[in-house]
Amino acid sequence: MPETPLLELRGVDKSFGPVQVLRDVAFSVHPGQVTALVGDNGAGKSTLVKCISGIYDTDAGEFFFEGRPVTVNGPRDAAGLGIEVVYQDLALCDNLDIVQNMFLGRERRSGLVLDEAAMEELAAETLAGLSVQTIGSLRQHVSALSGGQRQTVAIAKAVLWNSKLVVLDEPTAALGLAQTAQVLELVRRLADNGLAVVLISHNMNDVFAVSDRIATLYLGQMVAQVRTTDVTHAQVVELITSGRSGRLGRAAENTNGYGGAGTAGAGE
Amino acid sequence: MTTQPKTVPREPAAVTPPPSIGSHFRGYLARLRGGDMGALPALLGLLVLCTFFSVIRPNFLTAGNFANLFTQGATVVLIAMGLVFVLLVGEIDLSAGFASGVCAAVLANLLTLQGQPWYVATLAALATGALIGLVLGFLVTKVGIPSFVVTLAAFLAFQGVMLLLIKGGTNVPVQAAPIVAIENRYLPPLVGWLVAAVAVGGYAAAQLLRHRDRSARGLVTDPLSVVLLRIGGLAALLGAGVYVLNLERSLNALISSNRGMPVVVPLLGALLVGLTFLLSRTAYGRHVYAVGGNREAARRAGIDVDRIRISVFVVCSSMAAVGGIVAASRFSSVDANTGGSDVLLYAVGAAVIGGTSLFGGKGRVMDAVLGGAVVAVIDNGMGLLDASSGVKYVFTGLVLLLAAGVDALTRRRAAATGNR
Repeated sequence: MPETPLLELRGVDKSFGPVQVLRDVAFSVHPGQVTALVGDNGAGKSTLVKCISGIYDTDAGEFFFEGRPVTVNGPRDAAGLGIEVVYQDLALCDNLDIVQNMFLGRERRSGLVLDEAAMEELAAETLAGLSVQTIGSLRQHVSALSGGQRQTVAIAKAVLWNSKLVVLDEPTAALGLAQTAQVLELVRRLADNGLAVVLISHNMNDVFAVSDRIATLYLGQMVAQVRTTDVTHAQVVELITSGRSGRLGRAAENTNGYGGAGTAGAGE
Repeated sequence: MTTQPKTVPREPAAVTPPPSIGSHFRGYLARLRGGDMGALPALLGLLVLCTFFSVIRPNFLTAGNFANLFTQGATVVLIAMGLVFVLLVGEIDLSAGFASGVCAAVLANLLTLQGQPWYVATLAALATGALIGLVLGFLVTKVGIPSFVVTLAAFLAFQGVMLLLIKGGTNVPVQAAPIVAIENRYLPPLVGWLVAAVAVGGYAAAQLLRHRDRSARGLVTDPLSVVLLRIGGLAALLGAGVYVLNLERSLNALISSNRGMPVVVPLLGALLVGLTFLLSRTAYGRHVYAVGGNREAARRAGIDVDRIRISVFVVCSSMAAVGGIVAASRFSSVDANTGGSDVLLYAVGAAVIGGTSLFGGKGRVMDAVLGGAVVAVIDNGMGLLDASSGVKYVFTGLVLLLAAGVDALTRRRAAATGNR
């Protein structure tokens, strides 16, 4: 494991009014690794991701990026650091083609005119670099693609920008078996290409298939960050549902004891 | 680090066979079956209507009537061009007709009642259009009133504004020569040929350069034969059009010669090319489509959605101003009916008949021209049949219904084949 995490959060708190959704969360992500972020509904996974991507401000806590302290005050700051998020609902435009979607909002131009050829070339290179063979013509509309292909396009869009950290929010939730396998393979390849990947998932099979480390949130607290090889399927499920498993989890690591962590309402 | 695009040996991500004429044609058929009809319904409709009217009324198919189609249809086409922008982002502008009336009234008021020079009046009319669009767009995006309601209110209010501007509905003549010329003067035949040659030359250069660039970069291109076929098709079409427009239309050419392209034709052509360029070749146009396709995706991509939504209203009302100026030119006057009665409905009908979707995200400026041609042919042909206004409206309504039906059915088909 590399010594310096790419992204490290310490002591992050986040409340929505009276509801404290994240309390004293520590989270670190390493380049070249897939870090699975798991937790039950309402555990604060999506909130944590939105804090990382600058959509939410945090109430307290420190951010370190490549070892340097940074502040993230909005999505642009996050994108500037090289953090890209692929949301569950994909955010692709059905009426545009693959290349147009990948460059949406950041089009290449020569003068006034869009440089379509350069964009198509770069899109093809990016997809080739990810060994994607499942797409077909780059000029077909996204509406004609299957769920897995759309997810592939969304992920390729995220890595197009020299990003260093890609966060994937439930990338396989709506996919069939074969497509899930394709997307997971792609996720693994991102990490093998040197990116840090955060994978949010409810599916333990997916988590164990691709992740290097597993971070478990339970009622807004980070109860365990462990190597995937060090834990079993059952242990992770136990961590998710009760916040502890043997010497892992709250009793072992958490100094706050039972903080009576409120119902973490905000969420998915 | 990240993906290193430059170090990856380039291989096509898509395993696509090199295209040929045959595969190109098969691809087109597949798109048609998949529900991507493009301009086909409008073209077929145009063909059917023209055949129908030519058979029933032989004088439909005369050079004089062909020229009439352009001058009669110009206002509707111009307003429809602007409406395409608004429809693309999934909004509607019901006030475009009377916005054109207001702008025409501004023009007439300044020219005739205040004695201003024509260029001042024209600029003022265009500025009025832009301002109207700005206000409408602001009310829709920033205040949050649905565009249907905002523009319905504007539709009513603009009728009143018009009456005020032309002093209670009198007929105000417009006599400035440059304005009147748009619809009532014709280019010398040689200039007509020149316009066509420039258009074909420009199109050919753009297509061939693009083909060469893409081939050189190893990207998938349409086969050269298809590109040449397209250029040849345009040349034949424009050539035939200019030839017919250059025929003598006057019954007695010795007394007054009446031949050549109406001045409004190059104006329509220039706006068609300019706006098409704006929509399909610039980042702005791309963002208009994105906002219409998925507003949230556009927002997340960093596009200023509100700015785009306001801008399409500005484009629409500005085009309505151009339409209003042309309408003033056609009748050499402005009265309470300019831009009123059926103009707006014809314009919306033109855009939809041409293939622009009322649901946003799909449409081209060319649609306005094709649909506008259908509307103009119906209007003109029914006039030749001496059909009553009642019959004319019923018939036009049915055609619009047919077009909207085709749109709905192809959408369903497209949804079934996952092709939108």
